[in-house]
Parts: sequence; structure tokens; C-alpha cells
Amino acid sequence: MPISPSDTHDLAVIGAGPAGLAAAVTAADLGLTVALVDAAARPGGQFYRQPAAGLGAARPQALHHSWGAFARRAGRLAAHRTAGRIRYLAEHHVWAVTREAAHWAVHAVRGPDGAGARAEVAARTVLLATGAYERQLPFPGWTVPGVVGAGGAQAMLKAGLVVPGRRIVVAGSGPLLLAVAGSLAAAGATVPVVVEAGGYAGYARAPRTLAANPRKLVEGIGHAAALRRYGVRLRTRSAITAVHGTDRVEAVTLTRLDRDWRPVAGSGLRIPCDALAVGHGLVPQLDLATALGCATRRTPDGTAALVLDGRQRTTVDGVWAAGETGGVGGAELALCEGELAAHDIAGRAPGGVLLRHRDRLRRFAGVMAAAHAPRAGWSDWLRSDTEVCRCEEVTAGRVREAVGDLGARDTRTVKLLTRAGMGWCQGRMCGPAVAHLAGETALEAGRRLLACPVTLGELAREER
Amino acid sequence: MVIVGAGVVGAACAYYAGRAGLSVAVVDRGAVAGGTTGAGEGNLLVSDKEPGPELALALLSTRLWRELAAELPPEIEYETKGGLVVAADEPGLTSLRAFRAAQGAAGVESTDVPGDRLRDLEPHLAHGLAGGVLYPQDAQVQPALAAAHLLRASGARLHLGAEVTAVLRGPGGAVRGVRTPRGDLLAPAVVNATGTWAGRLATLAGVTVPVLPRRGYVLVTEALPRVVRRKVYAADYVADVASGSAALQTSAVVEGTPAGPVLIGASRERVGFDRTLSAGVLRRLAAQAAALFPVLAEVRVIRTYQGFRPYLPDHLPAIGPDPRAPGLLHACGHEGAGIGLAPATGRLIAAALTGTAGPLDAQPFRPDRFTEGTEPE
Ligand SMILES: Cc1cc2nc3c(=O)[nH]c(=O)nc-3n(C[C@H](O)[C@H](O)[C@H](O)COP(=O)(O)OP(=O)(O)OC[C@H]3O[C@@H](n4cnc5c(N)ncnc54)[C@H](O)[C@@H]3O)c2cc1C
Ligand SMILES: Cc1cc2nc3c(=O)[nH]c(=O)nc-3n(C[C@H](O)[C@H](O)[C@H](O)COP(=O)(O)OP(=O)(O)OC[C@H]3O[C@@H](n4cnc5c(N)ncnc54)[C@H](O)[C@@H]3O)c2cc1C
Repeated sequence: MPISPSDTHDLAVIGAGPAGLAAAVTAADLGLTVALVDAAARPGGQFYRQPAAGLGAARPQALHHSWGAFARRAGRLAAHRTAGRIRYLAEHHVWAVTREAAHWAVHAVRGPDGAGARAEVAARTVLLATGAYERQLPFPGWTVPGVVGAGGAQAMLKAGLVVPGRRIVVAGSGPLLLAVAGSLAAAGATVPVVVEAGGYAGYARAPRTLAANPRKLVEGIGHAAALRRYGVRLRTRSAITAVHGTDRVEAVTLTRLDRDWRPVAGSGLRIPCDALAVGHGLVPQLDLATALGCATRRTPDGTAALVLDGRQRTTVDGVWAAGETGGVGGAELALCEGELAAHDIAGRAPGGVLLRHRDRLRRFAGVMAAAHAPRAGWSDWLRSDTEVCRCEEVTAGRVREAVGDLGARDTRTVKLLTRAGMGWCQGRMCGPAVAHLAGETALEAGRRLLACPVTLGELAREER
Repeated sequence: MVIVGAGVVGAACAYYAGRAGLSVAVVDRGAVAGGTTGAGEGNLLVSDKEPGPELALALLSTRLWRELAAELPPEIEYETKGGLVVAADEPGLTSLRAFRAAQGAAGVESTDVPGDRLRDLEPHLAHGLAGGVLYPQDAQVQPALAAAHLLRASGARLHLGAEVTAVLRGPGGAVRGVRTPRGDLLAPAVVNATGTWAGRLATLAGVTVPVLPRRGYVLVTEALPRVVRRKVYAADYVADVASGSAALQTSAVVEGTPAGPVLIGASRERVGFDRTLSAGVLRRLAAQAAALFPVLAEVRVIRTYQGFRPYLPDHLPAIGPDPRAPGLLHACGHEGAGIGLAPATGRLIAAALTGTAGPLDAQPFRPDRFTEGTEPE
């Protein structure tokens, strides 16, 4: 019998990216009733971001590899919805998950800005598949129009098929940069150079992990080949340390870095361009999880990720997680973990193949994270007037003063003493940079009890 | 002397002890204002207090905060914005007026505001409220910045990131310092200003001070032009504050901040140190705030946070020397008013340390008052 909105579902999946989508359809295959709640308009998450319907992209798959894996699951989602086994709530942003007497309550608002009406879902178990967002490290000029997030540029391209400029420098760290440069070039932009602060030498130091992950190698080689084809150069151990232009990016300064990511004096090189796409890897999106009390760990690239056991269970009974929430590892790992979690939630033992596949990909994720982990010297490229928190316009100098003179020691006390992280984005953008400037050692995953804004009126309304 | 705890209370103790000529070290396991001070709202209220020892402390603090505002930098965001307490109906207004009369006899300034004048003071208040009382002495600081600037002005040496793991006692039992993983700090006087964790520190010194946590939530909205001018709350808040019940009590205090967001707080419930989110608490706070200011219903809440107030069974702080452990003083247990009561507490501690007459009678705050008759020693 089809599920009705007021039923208690067997499982609520939050996030319909590769991890959540795979989990939802697998759980429904195994006979569970599922609510799949996602903030985006369509399933697919970061990776399988689809062009809006009206744009008439003939072959969205041209921008993706492994489109087939997604298309198959999207097909199963449609079938399960028709059969009433999955209730799919698109454009529902979950602001909190709370433990009630006999179930979990998933609280959501509709619409992108929290202005829409509220919806509640009750479920016996919860899977958190909320993915990750891009890490930004500030640098002089990063607020000049024309500087965009690398992931954002890719997303714009996938969803709207627009390019942020004609001549785009891609910079930051992490393997995503290669993918982003490849997509931008394929879409017709000139990408003079990809600037990577870390290097790729770290991969060579883990030959066994690499050998065990041939698909990942092929992916990497694929990116490299694409870049050569478009004449894109890769500069490792370098960073963009200045942006020229006031109303619009006109050029950037590329500087060599030492082992600790400190700029090497006198190595600056001016590169003309009209846009800069920049990002330093991804940060797991853990607001819902930490509000529930799920324990976190520090990953090799210095972000917080959930502590999970071999069956994708968090440290809170009844709550599972899959994909980037457990540490950034790519779409294939997300799919695999989603399926594993669904099996465990349904009380089925997953196959050994799936388990070994997950373990192999997780090891690769560790190697990748270590190779691109920001080194402490990055903050040497900040000037004291460089804005760190853009929402509240707090400069690096003021953050350093709060730490040096006023006794702040972590992101929370820097926030209390400077307002950095108190604005609209709630520190999602400046958090990693502030944590570093504050010398935060214990790295607390930012605790945001509300995962997105909610109007007071909706907050006040009685449930159901 | 050594002060354990770099919250607003420890900071005020350091400030007044430093001014009295004492050499002061402040030690905290974390950062400045990283404890409950960082979760407080910064209301400096007299309006919510009934006549008695706490009100006396609050009235003294009100004066001291005014002096401090002249001495500390403007970053502490001191503002004498005043409080407006409203009653929804006639019975509520009658008891509010009786409360005000008693407070007036104790030195609290206030004016009666008839229902039809409320919106002159707060144009966005709901229609139909029975009336209210305006308390001009109610003020505001930004708690974390106030603590940080008090500490900076105190000249005290700061030892941050150093947890006190033992209180050192001499042969005769007298306290002679504290132990931290980074070394011992020796001093003939140790002040326990560890807020909600003060019971544990007391235990390290071999005494009991039964401080317990009382959880509170605050809602923070997106930045708005000033729609709320004062601190506005419903009269039943006063009953909540004084209540000893473990059950959830909410009564929204609504106020605008210089930076734009409106703060709505604060619930009170005794649930230990439970940090998981309670949707029911948020719902009640939100509903009460929207009932006072209907325009807020459309406004987005961008953050909520929680803190754990340090409370003692009789809802009064413990301030002063502990006769059970010579050399140990307590300055803790201020519950939901520690920011407001910090300066008077600092003055009392400085007076005790210098052996001078205190600014008011500290008897009701004796730290050993809970053990009388229960412990043989
Ligand atoms: C620019 C870019 C390029 C990439 N290139 C590659 C590549 O080449 N190869 C590769 O393997 N991987 C790549 N990745 C990584 C890949 O996208 C991720 O590994 C994969 O998407 C992770 O899947 P996920 O399901 O964990 O999370 P996501 O895909 O991020 O999905 C999370 C979903 O959760 C939703 N969500 C989050 N919070 C809430 C909430 N509170 N309420 C409701 N919904 C919520 C989001 O809307 C989103 O739909 C790339 C990522 C980016 C950003
Ligand atoms: C939601 C909420 C709203 C509030 N609103 C107001 C308000 O509007 N007005 C008001 O006056 N009050 C308010 N309060 C109450 C106020 O915040 C507290 O009474 C006050 O902050 C207590 O200050 P404190 O210095 O005693 O404690 P804290 O600020 O908690 O400082 C204690 C310090 O001791 C340290 N510490 C503890 N143990 C050790 C150890 N073993 N070694 C070293 N260091 C240690 C901690 O790290 C901490 O920094 C509110 C509280 C809450 C929770």
C-alpha cells in the first residue's frame, strides 16, 4: 500500500545526491518505505547536477562520466515513486532532525531561502547523505567580481550551461580543479593554467592504493588528457596571491609556494584573465549530524567528517550516513556507501564485493585528502586588510587581534569577539580560515543547530 | 591570587582585584568567554528581580556597569536601552503592578505604561496588550567583548588552554595554588569562577558547592532595521526565572542588537548537559516572540544556540571565602544573570581579598550555606 505523508516511514534519507539516491532506491528494493528529502529541484546532488528542463541540453551526459550509474538509479526512483514506496520531497531544505518519543522527526522548509511552508517527515531510521560544500581560503582580492568558486563554476555549467568568463584561471587545491578546468575548456572557455597549491607527488607514495583503484587512475588520466588537448598547463606548488582589477578581474598574480605553502618572495607572475575559479577541496556538510550528537573525526585534509563503523552507522543509534558526510571521496564511493547503508538499515548483510569496493575507495580518498591538505603557511598570503569573513566584513587583522590580544582560541570565540561567521552563511565560508588563524587544534565541527534559515512563523507552527 | 575561569565573572574579579593592587593570574582550560559567557545574551536586568539579596547585587552592578562603560572601550556595546515588561491581560497587569511597587521600595526605577501607550514605545508590539511597566535601568552589553576588555584592562596574566586538574593544599589545609598540565600556579588565594563547572572545581578542593546546569536556547534572526527598541518580555518571565522546576519554561525576551539581528531568548530547563536540539523548545520561543511582535513571523531565524546556566538550589550565587578551605573563594552560580551580576561580584571578591569592607552584605551568598547541618565537619 502506498505510503501517506502522515505515516512513519521505515527510513528518511536526507540528500538525493549519489549517496542518498543509491540508498533510497536500494532500501525500497529491499522492501522499506522511504522518504527522500532534498533541497535541490532534481535528484543527483553535486555530481549529477542536471541542466534545468527549459535549457534544452541535448546531452547532459557529455558533462559527466558514469552517467549510466545515475540514470539507472533515477529510473528506479521513478518506479518506486509510482509504486508508492518512495516519497520524494524535492526542494525541501531540512533545518533539523530531532529525536521524538518513538521516531525521528525531519523538519523541512520549502523553497531556497527558507521562506516557504514547513513540512515534517516521521521515520524510524535516518540516513544523512548531505554531501559537502567547497572550502574557500581567502587571499587578497578574492572579493573582486569575477572570482567564483571552482565548484560553483562547475555547478553553473552543469545546471545552467553558462561559463563565468572567457579566459578563466582555475586555482586552489584538490583533484576537482582538473575536472573543473576540463569542463570549462570543453564549454569553450580558455583556461591558461590550473594552479594547484599541493602536488600530485603524494599519490605516487601510495602505489598500492593507486593500483587497487584503476577506475580512479583512468579518471585522472582522462582529465589530464583532456587538459592537454585544450592546451591547459598545470602549475603545482603555486597559488594565486593577488587579483588585479576593481570592478572586475583583469589579471591575477601567480606565486610559487614552499613546502608549507608560504609564498616564495619574488616569484610572482602576472596572468591576464577575466575570471578566476578557485576552491580548496570540499568540506563535509555536517550540521544535521552534529546537532544530533554524531561524533566527528579529523580527516587528513583538515576537515571534520563523521565517525562511521563498517556498516555506515554513526555514533548515534538509528542514524546512518553515506557519501561525503563520512569524508570526501567522490561519486563512486558515495553510490557504494549508500547501497551499503541501505542493506544494513534493512537488516540485510551486504555482499563482500560491495564492502571491499568501499574500503578500497575510502583508502584512495585518504591518499587524495593528504596530497591536497592545506599547509599552515597559506595564511602568509593574507594581508591584514584581507577580508576573511565576507558577510560581516571582518579582516584577517581583526581576527589576529582577537586571538593575540583578547584571548580567542577557536572559531567560536573569534566569532564572539569579531562577528566573523555570524552573518548569513553562518561561517560556512570563513570557518576553515578562521579555525586556522585561531590556531584551533581540536577542530570542532562547526555546530549549527539550524541547517538552514527558517522563518519565525514556521518555527512557531504546530507540527502536522 | 589565581582566578580559575575566564568568563565574565572571572574577568570582573580580575578587574577589581587588579585595581585593588593585587597581582592576578587568570587560568582557563579554553578561551576567554568560551564558557557560558559566550552563550549569554548580555541583558543587565533589574526588572526581573524581586526585592532581596539578588536585587541588591543587581542594583550595585547597574551602577558599576555604568562606570565600566566609561572606562572600557566602546566595543563592549554598553547600552542603557531600558526594559519593557508587558502583560497580556488585566490579572497579569495587576500582579505586574504589585511587583513593580515592591521593587520601587527597594530602589528600582520604573514607570507604568497603559495598554494604549505601549505602541508609542514599541511601535511593532502586538495590539490588545493590557499594559506594561518600563524599567529605564535595564541595560545591555556584549558579554564576550565585555569579558575580554575587562580582562585586558585588569592587567592580569592569562593562562589559556590550561585546565585546572588539582587544587593544591598546604600542610594546614590552606589552599596554595592550582595544578595544570602546563605547570603549577602558586598563590595564597584561589578564586573559583568556573561557572557551570564550579561544582567540579570545588570537589578538587575537597568541598561541595552544588552548581547544576540549566539549559537555555536563544534564537537569532537575520539582520533587520530596528524593529525592537528595548528589551521586551511578557510578565510571566519573572515567574519562570524564579522557578525551581525542572520542566521546560519559556518566556521570550525579545530585543534588537546594534548589528541588526533580533535576539529571542531564553528557555529554561534542567536536562543536564544535553546538547541535542529540541524542536519543541524552539517552537515555544518562536511562538511567544511572534505573539509579542507579529511582524517577526515573516523574519528568518538564521541561528539558534544553547548554553548551560550555572544555578544553585536557592537561585543565588556563591560569592566569597569558603571557611572549609582557607584561601579558596567562590564566585559562581549566577544562573541567568551572571553577566549582569559580574561587577558587584568582582567588588565583593576584591573586598574579601583585601580585608576591606564590602559594598553590601555578602551573607546570603556564603558558599558553605548548602552544607549546614548535613555535613558533620
Ligand atoms: C565541481 C565538482 C566536481 C566533481 N568532480 C568529480 C569527479 O570528477 N569525480 C568524482 O568521483 N567526484 C567528483 N565530485 C564529487 C562528487 O560530486 C561527490 O563525491 C558526490 O556528489 C558526493 O555525493 P553525496 O551524495 O555524498 O553528496 P552530494 O552530491 O553533495 O549531495 C548532497 C545532497 O544533499 C542535499 N542536502 C544537503 N543538505 C541538505 C539539507 N539540510 N536538506 C535537504 N537537502 C540537503 C543537497 O542539496 C544535495 O542534493 C565533484 C564535485 C564537485 C563539486
Ligand atoms: C541562553 C542563555 C542566556 C543568558 N542570558 C543572560 C543575560 O541576558 N544576562 C545575564 O546576566 N546572564 C545571562 N545568562 C547567564 C550568564 O551567561 C552566566 O550567568 C554567566 O556567563 C556566567 O559566567 P561565569 O564567568 O560564571 O561562567 P563561564 O562564562 O562559564 O566561565 C567559566 C569558565 O571556567 C572555565 N573552567 C571550568 N572548569 C575549569 C577548569 N577545571 N580549569 C580551567 N578552567 C575551567 C570554563 O572554560 C569557562 O571559560 C545567560 C545564559 C544562557 C545559557
